Amino acid sequence: MALNPFSSGTRLRDMIRAIRACKTAAEERGVVRRECAAIRASFSDNEQELRHRNMAKLMFIHMLGYPTHFGQMECLKLIAAVGYPEKRIGYLGLMLLLDERQEVLMLVTNSLKQDLNHSNQFIVGLALCALGNICSAEMARDLAPEVERLMRSRDANTKKKAALCSTRIVRKVPDLAENFMGLAASLLKEKHHGVLISAVQLCTELCKASKDALEYLRKNCIEGLVRILRDVSSSSYAPEYDVAGISDPFLHIRVLKLMRMLGQGDADCSEYMNDILAQVATKTESNKNAGNAILYECVETIMGIEATSGLRVLAINILGRFLSNRDNNIRYVALNILMRAIAVDTQAVQRHRVTILECVKDADASIRKRALELVFLLVNDTNVKPLTKELVDYLDVADPDFKEDLTAKICSIAEKFSQDKLWYLDQMFKVLSLAGKHVKDDVWHALIVVISNASELQGYSVRSLYTALQTYSEQGSLVRVAVWCIGEYGEMLVNNVGMLEAEGSITVTESDALDAVELGLSLYPADVTTRAMCLVALLKLSSRFPSMSERVKRIVSQNKENMVLELQQRSIEFGSIIQRHQSIRSSLLERMPVLDEATYLMKRASTTQASIPAYKPASAVTPGDLKFPNGLAKPAVTPLADLLDLSSDDATATTTASTTTAPSDFLQDLLGIGGTNLPTAGAPSSASTDILMDLLSIGSSPSQNGQLVPDLSLAQAEKKHVSAAPQLVSPVPEPVDLLGSLSSSTSVSGTKSATAVPQAVDLLDGLSSSTSVSAGLEDACPSITAFQSATLKITFDFRKQLGKPQESTIHATFTNMSSSTYTEFIFQAAVPKFIQLRLDPASGNIVPANGKGSVTQGFSVTNNQHGQKPLAMRIRMSYKVNGEDRLEQGQVSNFPPGL
Amino acid sequence: MINFVLLISRQGKVRLTKWYSPYTQKERTKVIRELSGLILTRGPKLCNFVEWRGYKVVYRRYASLYFCMCIDADDNELEVLEIIHHFVEILDRYFGSVCELDLIFNFHKCPWPNFQAYYVLDEILIAGELQESSKKNVARLIAAQDSLVEAAKEEASSISNIIAQATK
Repeated sequence: MALNPFSSGTRLRDMIRAIRACKTAAEERGVVRRECAAIRASFSDNEQELRHRNMAKLMFIHMLGYPTHFGQMECLKLIAAVGYPEKRIGYLGLMLLLDERQEVLMLVTNSLKQDLNHSNQFIVGLALCALGNICSAEMARDLAPEVERLMRSRDANTKKKAALCSTRIVRKVPDLAENFMGLAASLLKEKHHGVLISAVQLCTELCKASKDALEYLRKNCIEGLVRILRDVSSSSYAPEYDVAGISDPFLHIRVLKLMRMLGQGDADCSEYMNDILAQVATKTESNKNAGNAILYECVETIMGIEATSGLRVLAINILGRFLSNRDNNIRYVALNILMRAIAVDTQAVQRHRVTILECVKDADASIRKRALELVFLLVNDTNVKPLTKELVDYLDVADPDFKEDLTAKICSIAEKFSQDKLWYLDQMFKVLSLAGKHVKDDVWHALIVVISNASELQGYSVRSLYTALQTYSEQGSLVRVAVWCIGEYGEMLVNNVGMLEAEGSITVTESDALDAVELGLSLYPADVTTRAMCLVALLKLSSRFPSMSERVKRIVSQNKENMVLELQQRSIEFGSIIQRHQSIRSSLLERMPVLDEATYLMKRASTTQASIPAYKPASAVTPGDLKFPNGLAKPAVTPLADLLDLSSDDATATTTASTTTAPSDFLQDLLGIGGTNLPTAGAPSSASTDILMDLLSIGSSPSQNGQLVPDLSLAQAEKKHVSAAPQLVSPVPEPVDLLGSLSSSTSVSGTKSATAVPQAVDLLDGLSSSTSVSAGLEDACPSITAFQSATLKITFDFRKQLGKPQESTIHATFTNMSSSTYTEFIFQAAVPKFIQLRLDPASGNIVPANGKGSVTQGFSVTNNQHGQKPLAMRIRMSYKVNGEDRLEQGQVSNFPPGL
Repeated sequence: MINFVLLISRQGKVRLTKWYSPYTQKERTKVIRELSGLILTRGPKLCNFVEWRGYKVVYRRYASLYFCMCIDADDNELEVLEIIHHFVEILDRYFGSVCELDLIFNFHKCPWPNFQAYYVLDEILIAGELQESSKKNVARLIAAQDSLVEAAKEEASSISNIIAQATK
């Protein structure tokens, strides 16, 4: 023997001993490294005698998890050797060290082919095993004829191996299925259980791979299968196949599975199986795992095929027994089948609701998870309230690990059945109180959107959240939602506005409200989002409670030196707003405009893939086209982003510069100018610091640059949008900082250009936030028929507000002239760039047939070139008739003059 | 189908891995780490199934060894428990007793003892499917192949003896 100083010394046994003797992982690594080096050296010296031992070592090392790819070529050499021992270890190494994705594998095809044709059945067996475990599609194609031939072999062991090898071949290359179906069916006539099991599995695979094969097997082997199952289930004791008193449960189960494939959607086949299935379901002993495994498979098959109702009852009864079994494994599989049975027989599953609910509280995480999914499927209109109550109650005591899953499910149940808004809010408040730490961001974002839309429940919300905050201030997301609501609806909290009947009144002073927000600041020193929300809330409270201004200023200023730029900037700028700009403060800090629920939901659905039905009919937006100027594209910061967006539903507020809201931006897209980014669009798409830009960019809309009102003292806003810079006409030579203190704290990259803002003057002149919108409106114009086709009629009614000639409020009425109902009706409108448009949600999305009833939708337009250019609009209506999509479009050019 | 088979010791050391679906070396290490964390921490009375990445892992503990098989979501978990037991019984019959050390370090039995577990597994599963439900048949096939190896070795040593004598 050629003596290599490293390798020859250690035999496999010695190496194992050396590794075993290692005291530390580092020591073990050292030994392995030395051994690997020796093996590599030995491979490169081509030491024939040591090849064997080296491979053995290599596999041992591989098993310990160390890299061994350098041994791959060596495996190929061993396989190509003549002797059985070399081949045996060579194939073992091949299967361990290689998989179908390695190119090296192709080199073995030829050796495999030779071995498949070998006279020794064990060598053939090795090759079949390797091919069945790791072959690639290419190899499968090349060697399929060999394997096919081997399925006809006289030796049973070769036959079964060839059949299983074909299973993989068919998986890899489904078009080969037809080549195998005849052979597979004929193997079902054998007696040898190994061959039968393998053949049944091959048939199952063929059914999955090809429709033709499925049809062929339905015709040719259903009788054979029934016979096999009858024989094996009624056979006398056979020690060779006996498992806990049952003869060959494996064969039972595989036959049952194939029967399911064949019986699915085929009444004749199913009928043929009825008797034997009933026999298996009733006769099988259920006191041991093997028997239960058969029953489990049998129930699945009964549920899967077109079984008779009697058989179904039998299956459901077995399920009931399973569910009340004390063995966790059995209960787990019971829940598992119930999940599938729910599609077949919901009532039967509902009957077990109480038991299933108990399983949600099980000590076993696997069972809990299964049960929770099942409960989620079981919820319907009638049982949603008690079920949710159970889950919420359980939340209190649930495992911390489980809380995230549980809260997510409760919240999505609550959302799914949220017709009753009050109930929904109550559930959400409970979840936030009990497990606010585990609630995902999108859940509380959605809650804020709902609160913002439910104007009659805002008072109730803020009071409930305030009360919850006193007890559960450690629940992060509760604090965020509460702080946001206090900022927005602080006066409702203090004055008990909008009390519900069942609500007990609470006494909260302005100072208490401030305390609550301050609590948020003090409890979450490291949470930037929460702190930022607190600061915004404080700023808003300074306007809601003027007497608290000083205190707010003090708290806000504490963050002046915060290391986080975002907070520092907020602190300084907000301080400045409170101190120096009291005249604009109240309008600046008006309540948030109502968040567009439909837009938010669609965006959320597309990001989370959750199936959340819309709360109400979608307004004029469709997913995909949206640019989300509301900033909802980035949920983590969006509620904040919107806080300072000045656009609001109040007609007066739209006179401020940033009127661009979601729908109109979308319409810009419609007109084909989607590429241009409106600088005022209030679209803080990425960084949350954009909020400040919005704050500062009040009124720098390019469309208004035509009318410049130089009022340098206040009407200048700093503009940081680089992209917007070219569009801005700067009448002032030098930029003047509106907020002087800002420039010291931030040096913003990009060009700064100052621009005078025309309408900010209005704003600063003490624009009152008029809530009595209708009082200021006058009917100025007659109605028009904006659009009329054979199927659809649209009329516009106009209203104008006194003193605002450029603005019109339009009320559109959609009437269906056809005889079939329109569903999912969506109205979209597009206007030229000089017009701004904002759509309100429609009154519904279903337009009844024959003109009986109609859908209405309001929107407002602002013509920035009023008097110079007339109003123009393009409209598009999409809807479904009997499930079919329809689209109509048109242009409205008959607007009354003067709009 | 069974996607892979793992044998893990109670301390988290891997004793046997067999992959029927392609996983890269990196993924394999990750899978093993994830599953050890999931399975070894479970209490004794809990069910033997763990849901993992859309698959199910069926495991069963024998002495200090965990036998784990990863199956598709629609496979029969209870049957896989039986397959594990089937495998263990055959190993048991072959080795005498299946504790962890026997599988790995029983080097009195034959030259590459730890591979015997693989050879046994290869007679039970191919392509992630069961091939033989008779323990006796598996034992017979393994024994026949072992004796082939023994015969080859004897032949080799007798040849080398002849050569040695001839060259004396």
